[in-house]
Amino acid sequence: MVLSPADKTNIKSTWDKIGGHAGDYGGEALDRTFQSFPTTKTYFPHFDLSPGSAQVKAHGKKVADALTTAVAHLDDLPSALSALSDLHAYKLRVDPVNFKLLSHCLLVTLACHHPTEFTPAVHASLDKFFTAVSTVLTSKYR
Amino acid sequence: MVHFTAEEKAAVISLWARVNVELVGGEVLGRLLVVYPWTQRFFDNFGNLSSESAIMGNPKVKAHGKKVLTSFGNAIKHMDDLKDTFAELSELHCDKLHVDPENFKLLGNMILIVLATHFSKEFTPQTQAAWQKLTTAVANALAHKYH
Repeated sequence: MVLSPADKTNIKSTWDKIGGHAGDYGGEALDRTFQSFPTTKTYFPHFDLSPGSAQVKAHGKKVADALTTAVAHLDDLPSALSALSDLHAYKLRVDPVNFKLLSHCLLVTLACHHPTEFTPAVHASLDKFFTAVSTVLTSKYR
Repeated sequence: MVHFTAEEKAAVISLWARVNVELVGGEVLGRLLVVYPWTQRFFDNFGNLSSESAIMGNPKVKAHGKKVLTSFGNAIKHMDDLKDTFAELSELHCDKLHVDPENFKLLGNMILIVLATHFSKEFTPQTQAAWQKLTTAVANALAHKYH
């Protein structure tokens, strides 16, 4: 699965539109993930996961910042995300199935906030982008 | 058997009442075919599926999308009895249509995303969770008779 030039354009223009809201959207996507897929909470026993939690918001911003980095390095995701890949493989060891769940909730969040821009083609490009990021983050698992 | 709380049922039913089944059905199926192009394998006789606009404007896609979503509406009337409600459709999808049940999950997620585009901030995390539970339960019911 390769990001085409059109995909890259769609991804970058989406991120431009998101602007300063990326952090908020990251937090919202996490919130949606925890509520729709309660098994994902098992990775955060040390967090307050109630809606509006400051810890979830802060963590959402971390996730969003990493995605922003990824957007700036679409031609070289493995290199740009190498440290995060190590972290997920050797320390966090989040089961690969969960990346799909968070990716889905990121898409739902973007669809809610930017319904007009979230055309089928943009949706497809973003789905590919999150899949590509997920692949890199799980690439050193074994 | 999946148990839906009163709140979950209310969240699903109240949103469903405002869904234009014809419009949303077409969008849901269209997005499935655009975002996961391999799903087009089931629709060789649908004509032109060569681009996003061709797919989203294709009358057979819209008609079939409406059919699928109408069936989903039946699920909402039988949320306590999904396995029996979908038993025949499950056999059909296995024996005649040969659809990998993974596709039911993909379609379920498309339903959620289209609802998100239509209902925006009203599609709260709680509302999404109720609908997520329903689409998962319908997907499982449709897979139940596979052999």
